[in-house]
Amino acid sequence: MGLKKTGLFTLLLSVLAGFASAQFTIKGIVKDNKGNHIGGVSIVVKDTYDGATTDSTGKFSFKTFEKGEQILVASSIGYRPFEQKIKLEGGIINLNIIIKEEITELKAVVITAGTFEASDRKKAAAVLNPIDIVTTASAEGDVTGAMKTLPGAQQVGESEGLFVRGGTSGETKTFIDGTLVNNFFYTSIPNIASRSRFSPFIFKGTVFSTGGYSALYGQAMSSALILESIDLPDRTSASLSVSVIGLGGGYQQLAKNKNSSWGFSYEYTDLTLAFKLFKQKQNYFQIPVYHTADANFRIKTSKTGILKYYGYFNANHLGFRENSIDTSGYQDVFRLKNINVYHNLAYKEKIGKKWRFNSGISYTNNKDDINGGLQDQQKNDVTLTGLEFKKFTLNSKADYFNAKAVFERRLTGLSAIRFGSEYNYSNDMPTFTIYNGQQFKYNIKENIISAFAETDIYITNNVAAKLGTRLEHSSLLDKFNFAPRISLAYKVGKEGQASLAYGIFYQDPDKRYLPAANTVTFSRADHYIAQYQRTTSLITFRIEAFYKKYHDLIKTDLSGGREAAVSNKGFGDAKGFEVFWRDRKTVKNLDYWISYSYLDTKRDFLNFPYAIQPSFAAKHTASLVVKKFVMAWKTGFNWSYNYSSGRPYYNIYYDGSQYKFRDKGLIPDYHNVSFSLNYIPAIATQNAKTWIVYVISWSNIFGIKQTYGYQYSYDGLKKQAIVPTSRTFIYIGIFFSFGVDRTQDAINNNLKI
Amino acid sequence: MQTISFINKSTNMKKLILIISVVLAANFSIAQTSDKFTKAMEQRIAMIDSTQGPDAWKEMTNAFERIGDAEKTQWLPYYYAAFGHILIGYSYWTGQMGNATDKMDPEADAAEKMLDKAISLSKETSETWIIKKMIASLRMMGDPMNRYMIYGPQADEALQKAKELDAGNPRVYLLEGEDKFQTPEQYGGSKEEAKLLFDKAKSLFESFKPESSIHPNWGLPRLMYYFSQYK
Repeated sequence: MGLKKTGLFTLLLSVLAGFASAQFTIKGIVKDNKGNHIGGVSIVVKDTYDGATTDSTGKFSFKTFEKGEQILVASSIGYRPFEQKIKLEGGIINLNIIIKEEITELKAVVITAGTFEASDRKKAAAVLNPIDIVTTASAEGDVTGAMKTLPGAQQVGESEGLFVRGGTSGETKTFIDGTLVNNFFYTSIPNIASRSRFSPFIFKGTVFSTGGYSALYGQAMSSALILESIDLPDRTSASLSVSVIGLGGGYQQLAKNKNSSWGFSYEYTDLTLAFKLFKQKQNYFQIPVYHTADANFRIKTSKTGILKYYGYFNANHLGFRENSIDTSGYQDVFRLKNINVYHNLAYKEKIGKKWRFNSGISYTNNKDDINGGLQDQQKNDVTLTGLEFKKFTLNSKADYFNAKAVFERRLTGLSAIRFGSEYNYSNDMPTFTIYNGQQFKYNIKENIISAFAETDIYITNNVAAKLGTRLEHSSLLDKFNFAPRISLAYKVGKEGQASLAYGIFYQDPDKRYLPAANTVTFSRADHYIAQYQRTTSLITFRIEAFYKKYHDLIKTDLSGGREAAVSNKGFGDAKGFEVFWRDRKTVKNLDYWISYSYLDTKRDFLNFPYAIQPSFAAKHTASLVVKKFVMAWKTGFNWSYNYSSGRPYYNIYYDGSQYKFRDKGLIPDYHNVSFSLNYIPAIATQNAKTWIVYVISWSNIFGIKQTYGYQYSYDGLKKQAIVPTSRTFIYIGIFFSFGVDRTQDAINNNLKI
Repeated sequence: MQTISFINKSTNMKKLILIISVVLAANFSIAQTSDKFTKAMEQRIAMIDSTQGPDAWKEMTNAFERIGDAEKTQWLPYYYAAFGHILIGYSYWTGQMGNATDKMDPEADAAEKMLDKAISLSKETSETWIIKKMIASLRMMGDPMNRYMIYGPQADEALQKAKELDAGNPRVYLLEGEDKFQTPEQYGGSKEEAKLLFDKAKSLFESFKPESSIHPNWGLPRLMYYFSQYK
């Protein structure tokens, strides 16, 4: 083609182009507000095909035939859309575009001070996955067991509950779907830690706060365990379980349209076999038997709304004898019957684009019949002079009702404002009968009405604040309290963040010391927390320091033969630091975490002669949790090691004018190595109709001697170690899941490793 | 070049240029919408099989989204934009577990948004279920150990739907074979079974006739890649 031809062709084209319109070049560069050049940004002249994508240096250039006033749009995932008016009238347009980072959950800093979360959502606070709760060896299938491997919680073995940062177990409250749960644990038994009532499998999310938590939660001076129940199941299925401690079965039906489901389960627990295999310290004449039944329904009320119901019934009884420490040749007798009913109804919905509504109500009815006494060698009930107190009956009935409603209004980005109200009703009706048949009836009614408001403020992805406040009124104490809370988080570098939290936390006096002999008020704890956290997807490192100041703790005195609250003159403090390290990277296919807590605490409360380190607080606590799944064997292996330095023990007595120590000291250090194994053969079987999981869990595998404290005879002359009910325990169970279970197909077809 | 030679020989060039220009311009404005759309689409669709890597796919995806936004009533640009986001998402796969959700999830979200737009402009078809399947797989791949329980069945179900709506869609068997191929044997993967599915896909590709030049017809080069792995 000659020069002439080419020239003519160009001429022709330009004429054609002239017909359509003039052509303009738009070019420029895209940066973020920190001056970083951003690649992959889509640039477009609005409502036209014309546009480009920025290269890795943020540059773009394209031609357009549009003219006149147009709107140029720049957009990219993770950034706020940018629009600019441009005028196309000849010449090259050169633009310098600055786009702002969108504040998203994924990128934004998260307030993590004092918070551990088990969730499948990718969040800074989510240091555990939901499955971790059941695959932690020392947890023994108990939600709180897994929490005890995290920093902040004590290894207390002689009683149930979470003892957090120098607080009692009563200072930790549990919430399911936002509402308070009143009998989260089975009824206390002297010197034996009861388990928590609910199966970990009914929860999809767990938040364990060791301090500084949201104004949405109250009546807990130390800690909040916040559980979120599962939504609709993935499929219809039936399940069956067989273990050394009992049998269970259940059914879950998912509606065809997947908009609703219902289900029920029943479990029978009988420890006869287990106690034959593992000799108990106590001599059981009534081996513990538990009947647990539950039922649920879940209904999607709209695309964004869900109504969930969970109902629970449990009846259990037990009875045992132990050689009496108070008089040789006799035996102490303890009997317990408990019936517990729990209903929880939760509803959440989005209203419009900006509003969210969360609500829940729960009702608990609990009945305990406890009976103590003394028996001679022939197992006849006896009453010995001076030891009349050994014979007693406690019949207690309680009704609890809780309701909560929270409104949330989304502001720009992730910022939001939340407010709402909570109502807690409790009616405890204990009747105490002493040896001669004399009855003491009490009725402690409490109505707590609370209002709360808090706001999340995200200034950028790097700075966030949560400001909240809570107002409570107690009808029992006839008092108000006002509790402000504040926390801040600041992103340090790409993977690090620092958080601070402060808050005031109030709580009613423990009901067991009520009715009080004098007027009493709320106890109070002030939390100060500073934290630094560094997270990559496979490694989490966290260090946290705290200071907790207790005010107005309850002091008790003997009044009418019982220990009753007499004043709020108690006080105390706790300080320390904690380290958490989880690593899934260093050793391939091995996942481990290490927790360490240092605690320095003293308090003067109850009948303490003066401020002392309480018996439920160890200076050093540590855990190592290791998990490994061996694919070839279809088996998960889990180990854990829990350590606690010796806790103090005391024998406090009243000398007629004041409380004094008769004895005190430190118990030996505590060590516990546990192991558990999950074997899942179906994981490799194609089209298996049955999904089976075999579980073996072995606590204290080395049989290390563990001492939880000491108990004393009433005259203080004899001292006896409080030890676990058996040196070691092995749990063996098989769980079947039948029916329309396509989990295995899912793995077979989709798990690409 | 024929036209140009002809023009060159012509004596009254100016006149002719004018005539041609007028004719072309008139034609241009009538055919503008459909032709411009089809051409723009064809050009980008060719990129699906010819380009590699997140940068090229980003460019392609953005282009589809621009076309969709400008046209407003066409579902195909959004369909391809969704597909593009999936390709970008997959490119973040590092081979290490639980490592990629922060990058993969936003792409899955974007793909979902685009697919919803496509479906609202058309309907759910075998092809849209294929995209749904890929979105679920993408979400799962970000953190398989913790997510297979949720997204595994979702992916399966979507693929079943795609098959129900069009058993002759070769992409159904391509994806099914791909899953079999990629899954480790102890989890039920099998290269032999995958081969059968790939063969089936291949025979379907041979007879598959897309509705038009811009309707979904991708996958053959991807299939050939798997065949090359057997040698």
